[in-house]
Amino acid sequence: MAMLSFSAHGQFRVEVSGVGLTQVPIAFGPFRGEEVSPQKISNIVQADLERSGQFRGLPSGKTSDETERPDLSAMRQLGADALLTGSIGKMADGRFDVRLRLWDVVRGQDLGAMSYVVVAGDLRLASHRISDFVYEKLTGERGVFSTRITYVTKAGSRYNLWVADSDGENAQSALASPEPIISPSWSPTGTQLAYVSFESRKPVIYVHDVASGKRRVVANFRGSNSAPTWSPDGRTMAVTLSRDGGSQLFLIDSQGGEPRRLTQSAGIDTEPVFSPDGSAVYFVSDRGGSPQIYRMPAMGGPANRVTFNGSYNISPSLSADGRWLAYVSRIGGAFKLHVMDLNSGTASAITDTSADERPSFAPNSRLLVYATQQNGREALMTTTLDGRIKARLSGQGGDLREPHWGPYTKTQP
Amino acid sequence: MNKFLLLISLCAFLSGCASGVKLDDVPVDERSGTATTPGGAAVAGLDARGLSGADGGIKAGPVGIQTVVYFDYDSYSVKPEFQAMLDAHARFLRADKNRKAAIEGHTDDRGGREYNLALGQKRAEAVRRALSVLGVSDNQIEAVSYGKEKPASAGMDESSFAKNRRAEITYR
Repeated sequence: MAMLSFSAHGQFRVEVSGVGLTQVPIAFGPFRGEEVSPQKISNIVQADLERSGQFRGLPSGKTSDETERPDLSAMRQLGADALLTGSIGKMADGRFDVRLRLWDVVRGQDLGAMSYVVVAGDLRLASHRISDFVYEKLTGERGVFSTRITYVTKAGSRYNLWVADSDGENAQSALASPEPIISPSWSPTGTQLAYVSFESRKPVIYVHDVASGKRRVVANFRGSNSAPTWSPDGRTMAVTLSRDGGSQLFLIDSQGGEPRRLTQSAGIDTEPVFSPDGSAVYFVSDRGGSPQIYRMPAMGGPANRVTFNGSYNISPSLSADGRWLAYVSRIGGAFKLHVMDLNSGTASAITDTSADERPSFAPNSRLLVYATQQNGREALMTTTLDGRIKARLSGQGGDLREPHWGPYTKTQP
Repeated sequence: MNKFLLLISLCAFLSGCASGVKLDDVPVDERSGTATTPGGAAVAGLDARGLSGADGGIKAGPVGIQTVVYFDYDSYSVKPEFQAMLDAHARFLRADKNRKAAIEGHTDDRGGREYNLALGQKRAEAVRRALSVLGVSDNQIEAVSYGKEKPASAGMDESSFAKNRRAEITYR
């Protein structure tokens, strides 16, 4: 049984499909006053919660605000476990006063209220904060809806590096270039982005300060410089450099400086990622004859192979809770996203597309964003780890690729 | 319950209340790339066009000589049919030590971007080694890779893939 939900503004559409194992049914109606708001807050919140795979939205059939006690028995009859009510008012200074209340329909209890006063441009952020509030109240876990993702678009011969909300919307350009941009990677604090730009007609690694827009070159050594990734403490980056011949892993201080070689193999070593505790580096190597994922101590040492199925396994991403490894495996010519349980070593393919690239975990370890192709266009998708609930991210036009999910930031509740 | 509700509604009106999140406390510069962004709408994009002067950096090579070496599938060695062409480039570079060339390695469209960047690098380095054997000094040639980012041919058939498995010699 497929379920689709659409936001009322035709321009942005979130397509969510699939059925999850346990989904909390939550009722929504429009917020009172929503018709004068440039953003339909209740729709953004519903799309966020559905994309998580843990909620199913039900239309409540009415508008009710946070000051009224709603008809909870009617909501019980609807099959809802929870109800979100709220209002939006425009203030004299042009800002919006957003208020909401969450109800436990089953127990007939008020779970809490929030309010925000924001300018129009921050209404989407307010919606994501509301989604985090609802998610945390009903699951006990931290929501990721206020986090950011980065991705690259290609439109004709124009490339852009974007910083966007977790739903792909509200994207702001960090870099526009006539040459390719690949491998953007968030710093652990979410304040900086490393990426590879070909604007000098060779791959060079930059680090970009998101707030100021200032950037610096971190690696422009002889040959190619690519695949930047940050250590969990933010002090070190692992990169792939060809300065010694071939493609090998190096560690470099995140402020720049002389790189220290990490791998010494006769083949290709690339796509490093640190383990969540910083003690290990997972990476791709074809030292055994074909590209596989290996793991080695971050201080240097012997590498152990991690992937054994198939002859082509690349693009590792590790969940923050240390449980999962996501990667892309070529199976019969198709490139398919897999998720491996690191405790058992069992892996599953979780998509039915065949050109999957660059999976990246959300900071709550429960969702992945990845790039793929659908109907001949490059698109970004999110998925639950079991593959049951997927959503296509809308946002910028053109071909979307190279996503990376940003961290929790400290201003989050 | 009533005290709770009272507290919540008070918080709705008071500033600096700990239980609500005041979004206008979020520093605006965390949300966007410019210092003042009412509504968060401003864009702090950095336009890379012209930053490196790359469009002025293309120089001529030996006249009438092919600049592209093609590779077989899954292969990173230079075939004998390209030897005469490489001889001509080597002579051109040896004739003037100030001449500099980049060898740009490419792959076809299949597979991951970073792994293909490394495969393209292998192709570029194979050509660099061939030139080095012909007496070109190392500081005149740099091997770089574009991976799958700049295909010569957009098709998804074998003849397009073959046109993309290449290394190009460019003078800079």
